Amino acid sequence: MIELNDVHKSFGANEVLRGITAEIGRGEVVCIIGPSGSGKSTVLRCINGLEGYDAGSIRVGGTHVDRHSPAIKHVRTQLAMVFQRFNLFPHRTALENVIEGPIYVKGARRDEVIPRARELLSRVGLAGKADAYPSELSGGQMQRVAIARALAMQPKAILFDEPTSSLDPELVGEVLAVMRLLAEEGMTMLVVTHEIHFAREVADRVLFLDHGTIIEQGPARELLSKPQQPRTQEFLRRILHPI
Amino acid sequence: MARFVADTREFLPILLQGLWLTLLVTAGSLALSTLLGLIWALMRVSGARALRWLAKSIVNVIRGIPIIVQLFYIYFVMPELGVTLTALQAAIIGLGIAYSAYQAENFRAGIEAIDKGQIEASESLGMGWALMMRRVVLPQAVKIILPPYGNTMIMMLKDSSQASTITVAELALKGSLVAASTFKYTTVFTLVAALYLVMSIPLILLVGWLERRMQGDRR
Repeated sequence: MIELNDVHKSFGANEVLRGITAEIGRGEVVCIIGPSGSGKSTVLRCINGLEGYDAGSIRVGGTHVDRHSPAIKHVRTQLAMVFQRFNLFPHRTALENVIEGPIYVKGARRDEVIPRARELLSRVGLAGKADAYPSELSGGQMQRVAIARALAMQPKAILFDEPTSSLDPELVGEVLAVMRLLAEEGMTMLVVTHEIHFAREVADRVLFLDHGTIIEQGPARELLSKPQQPRTQEFLRRILHPI
Repeated sequence: MARFVADTREFLPILLQGLWLTLLVTAGSLALSTLLGLIWALMRVSGARALRWLAKSIVNVIRGIPIIVQLFYIYFVMPELGVTLTALQAAIIGLGIAYSAYQAENFRAGIEAIDKGQIEASESLGMGWALMMRRVVLPQAVKIILPPYGNTMIMMLKDSSQASTITVAELALKGSLVAASTFKYTTVFTLVAALYLVMSIPLILLVGWLERRMQGDRR
């Protein structure tokens, strides 16, 4: 579904990705963990062309990813993205946020999209909030609208960029619950996260990134319980036992 | 006082003819400056280097030349190039072009104030540039742009008096013609000032309302 082959990327003199090779198969849930600045988010942003990359190749469903080629639209309609800071359209209601892509990008008919959008909102537990503006919603509710907006595009995979990092701790659970549901339904998901517990419970595989390199990867439970590399051990110890 | 009332009754109809032209020049040049300003602003944010450079140059040339010289150029020089315009047309085009530079800067500031996350969300949905501008960026930018836009409207209303320099008999020119022929300077210019104020006050109130709304509602 998503293939990265020796992907390199620099911001000026700072090389943030130093040869990333990875493959995410259909129906797989893969979590990317690692310290801040390790390049986790950049990997995600390169996959749907929000950033360009300098060398190597990325393919999504067989299509080469190049942010300057017209084919990027095809890539982006197959991959939805959920952002750390939600990025809902503030001038549109929850329902309007969800139908925006299907109607204006895919040319779907309004009367067909609206019932489907309402169903998606009720699936993420927000049936009563269809007409609310983002400013009237909590962080957790906004992120669930954003997930419904992603699902409305009927994507083949969803990229999550630290989806719970800007939420109040008590609201994290409601978003993770929705993501868990999607995983169980077989959605292909690539999740950049600091939620180690979620990764252990839900992910099939985990990639540990540091300084733009994949230090270690493997089945989620195995890697998170018995990390092999000292750098991974150190990171997990710090994040699980901060004091 | 009785004298003033009688004079007002005599002069007001003449001044109102000028007022009509003032409104016409203002409305016409406002529409043209908005359209051109939006084009320059969109060129500036388009991401295409050539368009950006071209728009920047146009705006700088326009900003660097006094309005009155631009009006002279359009009204007196264009005929030599074979383009003859009526004074009214020249005034609307000249003021429209002159003000398009300020409109463009205002529009650009509004567009650039939109959160980058909005652009990324639009791109990740597969939107192209034009769709993103129309559906996401401009509807949000309008709220930022409107209060300074209101101020520009007030300035344009007053600057429409510069059309008098190319013989458009708008309110200011009508006033000085009447005053010069009757020597009733006090009465005439008091009336002229009052008429400008009457036209400006609704706009001033509108700007105040827009600014309050802008602060209250972050939607």
